[in-house]
Amino acid sequence: MKAVGFDYERPTALDHALELLARDDVSARAVAGAQSLGPMLNLRLAQPDLLVDITHIAELRQIRREDGTLRIGACVTHARLEDGDYDDATRGVLPAVAAGIAYRAVRNRGTIGGSVAHADPAADWIATLTALGADVVVAGPAGRRAVPVSDFVLGVFETDLQPGEIIAEFRVPALSERARWGYYKVCRKAGEFSHATGAVLVDPARGVSRAVIAAASGRPVVVDDPEVIHGNGCRPERIADLLAGTPIGGDAFEVNTHTVALKRAIAQVTA
Amino acid sequence: MTHSKTITLTVNGKAVTAAVEPRTHLADFLRERQLLTGTHLGCEHGVCGACTILIDGEPARSCITLAVACDGHAVTTVEGLDGDPVAADLREAFSTEHGLQCGFCTPGMLVSARDVVLRRPTADDNQIRVEMSGNLCRCTGYVGIVNAIRRVLDARKTAAE
Repeated sequence: MKAVGFDYERPTALDHALELLARDDVSARAVAGAQSLGPMLNLRLAQPDLLVDITHIAELRQIRREDGTLRIGACVTHARLEDGDYDDATRGVLPAVAAGIAYRAVRNRGTIGGSVAHADPAADWIATLTALGADVVVAGPAGRRAVPVSDFVLGVFETDLQPGEIIAEFRVPALSERARWGYYKVCRKAGEFSHATGAVLVDPARGVSRAVIAAASGRPVVVDDPEVIHGNGCRPERIADLLAGTPIGGDAFEVNTHTVALKRAIAQVTA
Repeated sequence: MTHSKTITLTVNGKAVTAAVEPRTHLADFLRERQLLTGTHLGCEHGVCGACTILIDGEPARSCITLAVACDGHAVTTVEGLDGDPVAADLREAFSTEHGLQCGFCTPGMLVSARDVVLRRPTADDNQIRVEMSGNLCRCTGYVGIVNAIRRVLDARKTAAE
């Protein structure tokens, strides 16, 4: 199908973009690589009046390390994160995760900010940034605010973004030398959306031990129970408890799939 | 309501200026305005890979890229790869290895395969399959396609030695 008619602007300054997005006479949406919004437009699930292309705003395309934090602009592509032409404070986590997102042709256009703003529960960056303990910095008419990614995603395709706001950047804390990372997606075909994702970060030097159950038809579930991560607790009964209240909490097949994904992610950490 | 925008971009090396509706995706612009029908449309939502072209030298889905967003950029379609040495090797290898039957997926396959050859020169068969997983073929079962890429990678390795 073809998208409905809409207007298009490509500002080069963030303030201009925010002005356009603040218009209340039209429904305006920010767009970056359009790898999630593009299909939504073609399927007419999204019918905006105005698209504001933010990919030509230089500051949104920067990656830079500041002390113990990696700051990743919203318009940094998955391919760039995959290729690793930056001082990677995550010790290889970002390139490895990026390489598993969809296909190279999609990664060349798709952006980390677009993926998180779209908030598909199966998205790799939602699981990964939550497990890494990253913050999202949101820019809007009232200035900037930082929110933990774990709080930012509210549900299926639902985030804490308020009208007129866009994601400006992510702040990812540096991992220490002995940090261990585990990540497993259940996919029947390479590059497809995950059916169940497990992500685990154990970083003793920073006192971090965190697991995430993602692609669970809602916001990612953060698990900090040492029994699940280090003990014998990654079992269907316990995962069912953790998924209680989500749309798949009572589904034994789904619970089992998520248990397997998390168990395999944990095995990478404890191996 | 129309919102026509004037864009200037490079298509297969030639400067093109055109008025486009923002809703027009790049594949429709290439096929219907530039009459470059080598770019095929399959699923039209970024899954099948038939519409894969190059933007500034990198593979992209032309069905989920807006033509208006390509203002100031360089687009290369399968027609623009006529004189490209890697694409020439791949065309011959696809023919030799029976890497196509109906040919609908082939333009996108060639663009993605060229990227694999240039970006993953040491890829084994499994890596070729993973890298090509964004291009669907309903005829060949992929064996011929993987063998064609394998053939080009091996030939380049031999030539480099």
